[in-house]
Amino acid sequence: MRSLRPILFKAAITCLGWTVALLLFFPILWTVLTSFKTEVEAIAFPPAFWPAGWTLENYFEVQERSEYFGHFLNSVALSLGSTVIGMLIAIPAAWSMAFQPAPSTRHVLMWMLSTKMMPAVGALVPVFLIFKSIGLLDTLPGITLIVLVGNLPIMVWMLYTYFKEIPADILEACRMDGATTWKELVYVLLPMSLPGVASTMLLNIILAWNEAFWTLSLTAVKAAPLSAFIASYSSPQGLFWAKLSAASTLAIVPILILGWISQKQLVRGLTFGAVK
Amino acid sequence: MSGYRVKGAARLALAPSVALLIVGMIVPLATTLWLSFRYYNLMNPALGGFAGLSNYEFFLTDPAFGQAIVNTILLVGGVLAITIVGGILLALLFDQPMWGRGVARLLVIAPFFVMPTVSALVWKNMLMHPGYGIFAWLAMKLGLPPVEWLSNYPLFSIILIVAWQWLPFATLIFLTALQSLDHEQQEAARMDGAGPFDRLVHIILPHLGRAITVVILMETIFILAIFAEIFVTTSGGPGYASTNLPYLIYVQALMQFDVGSASAGAIVAVVLANIVAIFAIRLAGRNLTA
Repeated sequence: MRSLRPILFKAAITCLGWTVALLLFFPILWTVLTSFKTEVEAIAFPPAFWPAGWTLENYFEVQERSEYFGHFLNSVALSLGSTVIGMLIAIPAAWSMAFQPAPSTRHVLMWMLSTKMMPAVGALVPVFLIFKSIGLLDTLPGITLIVLVGNLPIMVWMLYTYFKEIPADILEACRMDGATTWKELVYVLLPMSLPGVASTMLLNIILAWNEAFWTLSLTAVKAAPLSAFIASYSSPQGLFWAKLSAASTLAIVPILILGWISQKQLVRGLTFGAVK
Repeated sequence: MSGYRVKGAARLALAPSVALLIVGMIVPLATTLWLSFRYYNLMNPALGGFAGLSNYEFFLTDPAFGQAIVNTILLVGGVLAITIVGGILLALLFDQPMWGRGVARLLVIAPFFVMPTVSALVWKNMLMHPGYGIFAWLAMKLGLPPVEWLSNYPLFSIILIVAWQWLPFATLIFLTALQSLDHEQQEAARMDGAGPFDRLVHIILPHLGRAITVVILMETIFILAIFAEIFVTTSGGPGYASTNLPYLIYVQALMQFDVGSASAGAIVAVVLANIVAIFAIRLAGRNLTA
């Protein structure tokens, strides 16, 4: 009897927990299931839970109707491009502030944070006008640049907090041994902070992939990544739910997996190190 | 000697980041400020020159502005209320031992990784659609008439969608904070006869104080800027019923081409966000020294 109670409690908690989890996950599950239905089945009422035929038709049609793969590649290019270039710029900055702090370092960090707090809409009009006049509207370099600028403060901050955890003595010792700054960075600092560097990259890929304000306002047919392209399904003509679901499933699954891998580091990145 | 070399390299290493942020953020912001005092309409290039405060007057006296401000505040407040209360409950639940807890937690945090346009469209079409949506089916099961969510309760519907996206964020942060809770203290309180409710109010909630502050600040900053969810669901309507400040500025600038008054609106939005940001930055600064 004494040993039964904790088991029963655990069983009750398990039921409750899984019910809640499945309810919250339901919209995603439903999207994935609907993507394997026919269009008729997708709008069946009352809804059919399991697809009757598990058709892959929608995935092919989404591609045929709209060059889906091109937009997918735009998303890949945007998130990888802004992340890689961003890291090349952010790593030296974070190294500089973590290991060679100047009296102004604290202010620079705070200032960087404050630029992230500024609503993007505050820069929309000039960015749009400048992009229009120099031909960067609806181009990959243009959207990559602006997303990179938007996420740079998070990258620098996150890397800074990871670098701070590495004892400065170790870098000092390398320097005594005659290592150049470059070697110190590439052969000592980066390998030692590899988990931090990796999670910074993951978070940035996720943020860039899901970015929707700039992609909706600065891209159209050519450079639109999935976050903007999917919005074209909001037009009211016709109910293409199965196709919408197929397009959505492909757009969210890669990033969902990355998100699951990096959930712990995500907390740290999105709170600027305030919660670890 | 080498000390100077390293110091020089350090300043040089910082330069690209600072330069990029100045060019990409500060220059546009300053330009917005400048434009907000100019007559500038893309549809009417002949009109130009210094406008004084008339753009601000035009933007601030527009009836849509008042509604957009109210909607912005309701959106932030509504989402915060749902995600903080819900997030604490979920964190407490998923902090308990259960079978398959790791997987269940993954399911709970999943909505956070869904891009805003997808989650808004999925909710709009497959859940909230009055004819074929899941909610309509549930209403039918309960013998109720289906609800026209996005036409009759547009702002509330958007609050629900955004809350679904941000609930995982709050849960994740509260879960992380709960893990640093002192279990011996909990045990001692239990030995002393404190019930679950007492422990919640006197030990757990005070322990979560800092995490709650962080969630409020970070969510406020992101939710003040909500845009894509409105763009794909209601387009701010019916009328201005679900227009928030960023959406109003977007419409003003890119659909009505009134650059001057859109810029004035953007400055108002920046000032609003800054009020919150000041607290957020103070908090982060305290963390920096600790």
